[in-house]
Amino acid sequence: MTIPETPGNGHDGHDHEDHPGMAHDEEMGYYALRARAMEALLVEKGICSPDEIQGMVDRVEARSPADGARVVARAWADPEFKALLLSDPEAALAQLGYSLPVTTPKLDVVENTDKLHHLVVCTLCSCYPRALLGRPPDWYKSLAYRSRAVVDPRGVISEFGLDLGDDVEVLVLDSTADLRYLVLPRRPEGSQEMTEEQLAELVTRDSMIGVTNARSPQAVGAG
Amino acid sequence: MPQVHDRGGWPNEDPIDQEEHNLSDWERRVDAMHNVLSEKGLRRTDEMRRAIESLDPATYEACSYYERWTAALEIMLLEKGVITREELDGKFEEIRNRV
Repeated sequence: MTIPETPGNGHDGHDHEDHPGMAHDEEMGYYALRARAMEALLVEKGICSPDEIQGMVDRVEARSPADGARVVARAWADPEFKALLLSDPEAALAQLGYSLPVTTPKLDVVENTDKLHHLVVCTLCSCYPRALLGRPPDWYKSLAYRSRAVVDPRGVISEFGLDLGDDVEVLVLDSTADLRYLVLPRRPEGSQEMTEEQLAELVTRDSMIGVTNARSPQAVGAG
Repeated sequence: MPQVHDRGGWPNEDPIDQEEHNLSDWERRVDAMHNVLSEKGLRRTDEMRRAIESLDPATYEACSYYERWTAALEIMLLEKGVITREELDGKFEEIRNRV
């Protein structure tokens, strides 16, 4: 089954970031109008309300890599928590007050070490631990990343500025509709004296996907 | 030859473009509609994947990310009979004529 028309206005890219919202209707393309028509029908039929949709927009906006960073920082600071996070992520997250929505797929947390580096991709689409990291970055959804991550992970990682030595094994994890991955990056050297809050500053989104390591204390001026 | 969505290992030497674009309001609302319908049991991720993966290759390649999500949402809502094509086409025309 295909959609009824292919209007050919598709483009990857750069929307009118200076003009968010519906005020510029003349700029709306086929799919934007199609989406608006679906929303209007869902509302007319009483399936959902505009407030519910806006409320969901707000909930999604509220999620960010800061959530994942908090989890990683706790794992660095607390070995028991780390063990639980790796063996039973949901139980560990519950300890931090995160209850994943019931619709969230299973989450697996994988640990990077000096011998083993994990890289997460979704070759089929964009599966991503949104509950902990928010929406995926554009590059994660790009055809280049999806194609290359599984055949040239070291090359991809080096594009993000990390050169892994030959003695480090790279394991690429392909996400699915039912299973998402969060990378537990290596705790940076020189971070022993840092508080959990300071540690969280070192944890970047990209380090939890595996394209980089966490930042060094020096990089955030804490070294 | 794998299907168009199944990109792992496809010949591709493009550098990874790390520039982010700000989402438009309509993209945020499409994302939210998917989530709201999930919570109401009207949409599952595997259904969403099947819908996206049923797009013809030309459409898939031409569409941006949330355009694909919009097309998939339409497929699912029509298949499930939540809305009909006549209703959707009618509402689409109505909105297009208004803006």
